[in-house]
Amino acid sequence: MTATRPLLELRDVHKSFDAVRALRGVSLELLAGEVHALAGENGAGKSTVVRIIGGEHRPDAGELLLDGEPTRLRGPREAQRHGIAVIHQEPSQFPDLTVAENVFMGRQPLRAGRRIDRAAMRARTAELFDSLGVPIDPDRVTRGLSIADQQIIEIAKALAAEARIIVMDEPTAALSTVEAERLFRVARRLADGGAALLFISHRLEELAALCQRVTVLRDGALVTTAMMADIDRETLVRSMVGRDVELLFPGREHEPGEDALVVEGLTRSGVFHDVSFTVRCGEVVGLAGLVGSGRSEVARAVFGVDERDAGTVTVAGRPLRTGDPRAAIAAGLAMVPEDRREQGLVLDLSIERNATLARLRAVSRLGVVRRARERAVAGEWAGRLGLRFRRLGDPVATLSGGNQQKVVLGKWLATEPAVLIVDEPTRGIDVGAKVEVHALLADLAARGIAVLMISSELSEVLGMADRVLVMHEGRLTAELDRAEATEEAVMHAATGGGP
Amino acid sequence: MSTQATRTRGAFAGRELGIVIALVAVVGAATIARPSFLSAQGLHDLFLNASIIALLAVGQTLLVITRNIDLSVGSVMGLTAFLSGQMFLNDKDTPVILVVLAGIALGAVCGAVNGALVAIAKVPALVVTLGTLYVFRGVDYAWASATDVQQVNAYQMSPEFLSLGSGSVLGVPNLTLIALAVLAVAAYGLHNYRAGRELYAIGSNPDAARLAGIPSGRRVFGAFVVSGALVGLGGVLHAAYFGTINASVGTGEELSVVAAVVVGGVAIFGGSGTVVGAALGALLLTTVTSALPVLGVPAFWQRAVDGAALLVAISLDRAVMLRLAARLREERGRRRAGGAT
Repeated sequence: MTATRPLLELRDVHKSFDAVRALRGVSLELLAGEVHALAGENGAGKSTVVRIIGGEHRPDAGELLLDGEPTRLRGPREAQRHGIAVIHQEPSQFPDLTVAENVFMGRQPLRAGRRIDRAAMRARTAELFDSLGVPIDPDRVTRGLSIADQQIIEIAKALAAEARIIVMDEPTAALSTVEAERLFRVARRLADGGAALLFISHRLEELAALCQRVTVLRDGALVTTAMMADIDRETLVRSMVGRDVELLFPGREHEPGEDALVVEGLTRSGVFHDVSFTVRCGEVVGLAGLVGSGRSEVARAVFGVDERDAGTVTVAGRPLRTGDPRAAIAAGLAMVPEDRREQGLVLDLSIERNATLARLRAVSRLGVVRRARERAVAGEWAGRLGLRFRRLGDPVATLSGGNQQKVVLGKWLATEPAVLIVDEPTRGIDVGAKVEVHALLADLAARGIAVLMISSELSEVLGMADRVLVMHEGRLTAELDRAEATEEAVMHAATGGGP
Repeated sequence: MSTQATRTRGAFAGRELGIVIALVAVVGAATIARPSFLSAQGLHDLFLNASIIALLAVGQTLLVITRNIDLSVGSVMGLTAFLSGQMFLNDKDTPVILVVLAGIALGAVCGAVNGALVAIAKVPALVVTLGTLYVFRGVDYAWASATDVQQVNAYQMSPEFLSLGSGSVLGVPNLTLIALAVLAVAAYGLHNYRAGRELYAIGSNPDAARLAGIPSGRRVFGAFVVSGALVGLGGVLHAAYFGTINASVGTGEELSVVAAVVVGGVAIFGGSGTVVGAALGALLLTTVTSALPVLGVPAFWQRAVDGAALLVAISLDRAVMLRLAARLREERGRRRAGGAT
């Protein structure tokens, strides 16, 4: 590595959102010619760093330097003008426009009279895809492209902008191994050409293979910046998590009981196909797979939010009709959705109201909610969940992410379910709260509830699950018991490697 | 993949073709019922009737492709038409060009009010323009009552102005020529200039537009101003064509305009559609209106037929989208299957 000159530098950056302190004194240097890893757990502040570099947020304190000059980026456009390109985790295309237009939006090549030179635009797009080794027709609209192809378009955008600071926020989350390899080749070539890359990924082996240096964040604070060669995997993980990984997950013995949830041949055409599995009482089953593999969609179909085209769902011996969540709840199914803010909570309502929302009948008489009863039920659950709050009457929005998640869990647990489906139970909550949520799930399983847990965090799946189901592109590709479920085995199945 | 792209584009071009076929069918049926429907005079009238509404539809399209809408167009049109009348009452010899420019300017100001509320104050366009629909109309009535002008008639306007509305060049009505010129400029601009493409981008995915560094607020504001200016022009032309103006000119026009835009294949949630389609939509709806009495359908069915055309158009869009989505899913499924083996 010949690089020495920092193209971009963050110095002691702080950033808060309402009461949440997302970044507390983060410093980071990106050198020309390096691929720099940014590591940390979900909620560690990586995305905030990305947004600050991309000009979407401004730091509350501290500064951002470009080529050694303190700079204030007033928006994404200004960041782009400084040669910064951010490739977001979820690609954002204009579905109605052609691929070429997507690549060059805002910077189309012009001809006489400031008119767009479509021929040049098409030719240059084709060239870019050639150099990336991907055959995508520049003239087709982007609607319907796979996530991998959309990711490539994002990279083509950065190339078209001749960006010299390129941030890739989990670009491989939805890619197969082959597609990821293709991406790494491109990344290395960009760095060799003098660009600085900031690379975020949850797959540690990727970081080791691709990056020269690594910066680790934990709970919004900088832990360390080190040469990749000088840091081994265990040290890296420990600095990300802040303790040994085993401590994050409760050790538990389980004696699986009867079949609680039986899913057979579940199909929703074009989304997932022929998914069959069983979850027994007292068991935690992990459902793993890449973003877009159909995990959450399966959960939604099981719960009846989405209609299924074929297959059966049986809860505690009772078959469920398709598309009827009320019947599912009555049969003893509960689901904690992926996005708790959008789907799981009414943020402006009080904690107690949220907690009893799913079983208002139990706390009301003749259709009128009895406040005292409501408060009693909510208070009881708050105690059992270890909820930290000022008053039960406070709006849920005032709670931290971890405590919000506990309210969602509490809401469904109040229905005393036989089967609990949790989708990304610890996304975006801090490590301490994570431990508590894990303990809570383990406790539920110990009390005989069948738990189906969807998670993108491999360590969580491996640490919690008695069995791991792996999905790839809408199909179940592996079912691994605890002994077989290694990171390698799961990733292999999740990227379509087959059993 | 290239065949698919062609087919996708084919589906969009198909919309304009569909309208043309519907037009031919309506004109054909009306001509069988009354052969003079297709005479030179008949065609002249068809285009003349469609011109002002097509002009408004072009402006409305600029907004709808950005996921916005302007419901105040009828009121703005009434206001600018009334302005023309007032100018002639003031001085019958006011130069025509001055009246036209004043109308365009007033329309642009109204558009700027809408645009500022939408783009700067971030109030949804549906609400803003529903509000200004009443406000602008109120201003119109207040002005009429303050100046005690109930109606301005043809004899009070300059002959040059009236001939702008009723004249024609080589058999093509002036209004149609103006509408065609505006249409050509708008179609060319939307297709060939960055600002034009950015309007589509904003409507297609607002968040991505922001991330791509597109000045969305400025673009939407600009679209409101341009659309307002076109409505202003429309109001002046309305005055010149009909020669009678009162404060209620253009009442209810907004719904015809939006209907024309939607029938013309502009997606109501933004991102796709063309001004040519919208103008053809306007032509189709006004032609249906002219054809109904010829076909012996009572005039009071007109609105119902407009509504039916709208529903048919939206249902067709939905069906096409669903088929497209299904095909894309299938194709991806096939590629997956191919990749796995």
